[in-house]
Amino acid sequence: MNDLRDLYEEVILDHNRNPRNYPKKPDDSNCSAHGFNPLCGDEFFVHLTVEDGIIKDAGFEGAGCAISTASASLMTEALIGKPIADVDAMFKQVHTLLTEEAQVGDPKEFLGKLTVLTGVKEYPMRVKCATLAWHTMQAALHDDDATVTTE
Amino acid sequence: MSDAALAQTDVYDVEGVRADFPILHQEVNGHPLVYLDNGATSQKPRAVIDAIGSYYLHDNSNVHRGVHTLAARATESFEQARTRAQTFLNAESSKEIIFVRGTTEAINLVARGCAAPLLNTGDEVLITEMEHHSNIVPWQMICKEQGAQLRVLPIDERGELMLEKFDELAGARTRILALTHVSNALGTINPVAELIARARDKGIVTVIDGAQAAPHMNIDVQALGCDFYAFSGHKVYGPTGIGVLYGRMPLLREMQPYEGGGEMIRKVSFEETLYAEPPHKFEAGTPNIAGAVGLAAALEYVDTLGLDRIARHEQALLEYATRSVKALDGIRLIGTARAKAGILTFIIDGVHAHDVGTIMDHEGVAIRAGHHCAMPVMKKYGVAATTRASFGLYNTLQEVDALVAGLRKVKEIMGA
Repeated sequence: MNDLRDLYEEVILDHNRNPRNYPKKPDDSNCSAHGFNPLCGDEFFVHLTVEDGIIKDAGFEGAGCAISTASASLMTEALIGKPIADVDAMFKQVHTLLTEEAQVGDPKEFLGKLTVLTGVKEYPMRVKCATLAWHTMQAALHDDDATVTTE
Repeated sequence: MSDAALAQTDVYDVEGVRADFPILHQEVNGHPLVYLDNGATSQKPRAVIDAIGSYYLHDNSNVHRGVHTLAARATESFEQARTRAQTFLNAESSKEIIFVRGTTEAINLVARGCAAPLLNTGDEVLITEMEHHSNIVPWQMICKEQGAQLRVLPIDERGELMLEKFDELAGARTRILALTHVSNALGTINPVAELIARARDKGIVTVIDGAQAAPHMNIDVQALGCDFYAFSGHKVYGPTGIGVLYGRMPLLREMQPYEGGGEMIRKVSFEETLYAEPPHKFEAGTPNIAGAVGLAAALEYVDTLGLDRIARHEQALLEYATRSVKALDGIRLIGTARAKAGILTFIIDGVHAHDVGTIMDHEGVAIRAGHHCAMPVMKKYGVAATTRASFGLYNTLQEVDALVAGLRKVKEIMGA
């Protein structure tokens, strides 16, 4: 049986109680997207300030469960200061971390603190919570106006 | 286990009842299953599972066609199921019982077959703020098509209908009142008989969503005086994909068919089709025969145990659960009506319902987390999602203790 503490890891609980870059829309943000999972009700807006191919600032608004909120909070922390190419690679790594059995190499090396999301994989019903902010971020970066959903 | 739990509810031998439900006897995540999601769907007694198996093992054929022995047996079983549903609702005639897929299809059938021809531009349909989406969306669709208006009877903080607003909202242009008997999100038992009487005085057609009432109380459509009453088989210990629409015969005769096809006709030529009499007029195509057979077994099961006794048992569970959950810190009950069925909805301060759901499941306790297909109710209380425990005839006081222990665990894990 899985240990609940692998899912509700201390870092996740901390980011749920005190989300970073939340609620925040940077004054100079130039990329935004809307993510909504209608069946469970989780809803976020992700805002990014992108200059010269680098994410200068990031923030999010909205409400969701502990997993989706912590994932969004950890994501905004990880994004700030990164070139878009690195962010796209990080998105793929997080996706692999959450959905695939076999991991290539040591995820910690690429993802650092984000590996606290590993426990979500054991709860298939909750993967959509952890990925919502990430897909919304991708839509913001790549100019997709449609509302994002992971259900 | 608390002393109260040791006592049991004393209404009937709940352990004996539980022995009839094979699915309950399993472990989930290393804990005995505690199934408290009966509002979503109920589990099925062996009698229902066997009836469906036996139908396919021995009697399967199409109904109302052919003259061979199996066709006769299938037809007889199907029509006996109709009579069983008639008895369950105390309808005047079995011809007033239409088999549908469930409450949702029943409401769509009434909206399309009865309401659409009645509604002209500027007419109104009255619903309430506590309706399930299935008793909102079909009316919105019909109103849009006919140029009619949807009006909404509000609820108060307890989750009771504001009856004093009824006369103001049910006016000269109101043609339909569509109303739930029991709220799936709040547990409120509505004074439907009173509202039906007031609507009838104004010549308004009444449609009652009985999805959450059928498993919990005796229903007498003649005493209620409603024009339509709908319920789903799967919430009353029957199979999925079968439900019942009751309609008063004078209305059913006037109504247009919902779908065209086989079974619903009297005579077909390329120039014209004459429709069959109700209920067959509304049952195009081969129906869910096995579903009807299973539903009949389910209705027989609850009638044998007795809905009055089931209601008493569930009230005891609800009272004990309400008391126990209220005793926990940081929990707010949503829906505190004076008359309630066995549904307990709440939020834990600072904890999202889906996190509650995951942690409870880890403890073997199945509850519902979400908006319960009643987004307007969530909006009214200013929440995105709630947690709901809904009781059935087989739940025990010990299971209420497991619910409360699970909630303590949620608070411990989430630091709430």
